[in-house]
Amino acid sequence: MLSDSDRIFTNLYGQHDWRLPGARRRGDWDGTAAILARGRESIIEEVKASGLRGRGGAGFPTGMKWSFMPKVSDGRPAYLVVNADESEPGTCKDRDILRHDPHKLIEGCLIASFAMGAHACYVYIRGEFFNEARQLQQAIDEAYEAGLIGGNACGSGWDFDLYVHRGAGAYICGEETALLESLEGKKGMPRLKPPFPAAVGLYGCPTTVNNVESIAVVPAIMRRGASWFSALGRPKNTGTKLFCISGHVNKPCNVEEELGIPLRELIDRYAGGVRGGWENLLAVIPGGSSVPLIPKDICDNVLMDFDSLRDVKSGLGTAAVIVMDRSTDIVRAIARLAQFYKHESCGQCTPCREGTGWMKRMMDRMVEGRADIAEINLLDQVTRQIEGHTICALGDAAAWPIQGLIRHFRPVMEARIEAYNARRVPKPLAATPEALPAAAE
Amino acid sequence: MSRGTVKQPEEVPSAFAFDLESEAEIVRVLACYPEGRQASGVLPLLYIAQTQMRRQTGSGWLPRVALDAIAGRLGVAPIRVYEVATFYSMFNTEPVGKYHLQICTTTPCWLRGSDAVVAACRRVTGIEGWHETSPDGLFTMTEVECLGACVNAPVLQINDNYYEDLDGARTEALLRDLQSGGTLPPAGTTVERLNSAPEGGMTTLLDVTG
Repeated sequence: MLSDSDRIFTNLYGQHDWRLPGARRRGDWDGTAAILARGRESIIEEVKASGLRGRGGAGFPTGMKWSFMPKVSDGRPAYLVVNADESEPGTCKDRDILRHDPHKLIEGCLIASFAMGAHACYVYIRGEFFNEARQLQQAIDEAYEAGLIGGNACGSGWDFDLYVHRGAGAYICGEETALLESLEGKKGMPRLKPPFPAAVGLYGCPTTVNNVESIAVVPAIMRRGASWFSALGRPKNTGTKLFCISGHVNKPCNVEEELGIPLRELIDRYAGGVRGGWENLLAVIPGGSSVPLIPKDICDNVLMDFDSLRDVKSGLGTAAVIVMDRSTDIVRAIARLAQFYKHESCGQCTPCREGTGWMKRMMDRMVEGRADIAEINLLDQVTRQIEGHTICALGDAAAWPIQGLIRHFRPVMEARIEAYNARRVPKPLAATPEALPAAAE
Repeated sequence: MSRGTVKQPEEVPSAFAFDLESEAEIVRVLACYPEGRQASGVLPLLYIAQTQMRRQTGSGWLPRVALDAIAGRLGVAPIRVYEVATFYSMFNTEPVGKYHLQICTTTPCWLRGSDAVVAACRRVTGIEGWHETSPDGLFTMTEVECLGACVNAPVLQINDNYYEDLDGARTEALLRDLQSGGTLPPAGTTVERLNSAPEGGMTTLLDVTG
């Protein structure tokens, strides 16, 4: 179990003052100039050595991502863009950082921007987080006033500006290139890669897009050392992580724990257990809506980290744990996600635009059972025609929950179809008077 | 997507001009972007215009004349503003009620009882379908996707505020109060709870001071 002294987000619940004086008492902005004085390369090396993997879902090594940025500018400015468009169903961790620990994020923005040679950083925050954006802006204003950011930030000689840009209700803008399009004032439609943002990003300039949590843990890594961070968690899955535990648990909550904590321990220790007890568990979506669900027998022993969950054909994603007990209509739970992806598809790629609507309509029929058994295979086949055939990962994200459902709950889908057909099949034809014409269907 | 309300012609303004408060905000916003990149201001200016409409008419929405004003201010083609205004769900291209009820029904909220929140909203407002506005102009009801407050589900967003950990009874009480002339209460949970900490009190960070 992670001890409080190893927890990074010490004001996770807003139990203390989130403003600058409170943040300073908790250790933020302590010796930031000395961290910057270590130099760009040293900072990137430290983050690489910590093993930090991106906290936004994909789990790409953060330090390596930073190292893709040009070492020497060709005249174009470089940008850091922080992805605070937290919209993955089940996920609400960045919200707590933005409103309760904003100075961890702001200090992280300065350090990361400096390491990548960026003098400007944008935080792209989802539009619905109105109050969170306002609070973050207040914290930024405080930081400017105290000389922590702005010209000669922290007395380091580095000029650094930080801006908040609000999204406006589009899940797709959490995809990094859609986010950049949106930041440029356009519809959030993902760009083809390559070129990657590190070469051609915001305004055509080198850009790195990082998740809020990835950036906000950087000051702690720089202060306490890569070895401290990498000693937490498991090999290749290092450090602490914010988990969001929602759904059918007795006490839903956010909590910071080590990567690799057993799922069962996470739920039992922090979320008051599954409603009705562990045996009442049906399934868990372990990393936000985009990852396939896992049934109880896998939940019994699985560890919560990138590689362990990948090994059971799911994923850590954003570490948003959605718990479903035995009362859940699991087909309906996934059908609602199909509706989500249909709503959020940007419409650019045909497989996704048409496929998400098709899957949603098919899932609606599966909820009723108004289908043919063979259509389960058809549905599975169509998900695989969407997966991997679109510019961005939204197509994959729409396909995986349904694949997970079919993989683990096919008997439930079949039983429902059989029950529906048993109710609907007309009386045997022999009872039909011969004079009546055959029905059209 | 079906849009239920039928606009009355007199609701649609024939002109739009930014007021002083908006003008000040525009100056602040446009300073955030590099020279020549003022198109980045499309989303912020849409917010500014929508907020001004709410301030002036009680209904936060974007008539076409407002979109044109934004295009003119930023020097972009009007279609660039239209397509953005219709792409993002938070921009209302039709009038909305004084209180815009945005009910999350995505799976995490649904698992925690968003059906009861929807039912309570229907009961109080008399609204049946999504995007419809009550005859008194007080409420518009919209189904929204995940609001990102899932450990406090179910969640109802009213205008800019989240109301969390709801059930049918608390939703009804909240709306009845607004109906009888009350003002929006502070945002946040509607039960005894500290933000995203577990009910009954924190189990971590007990040793952290400050």
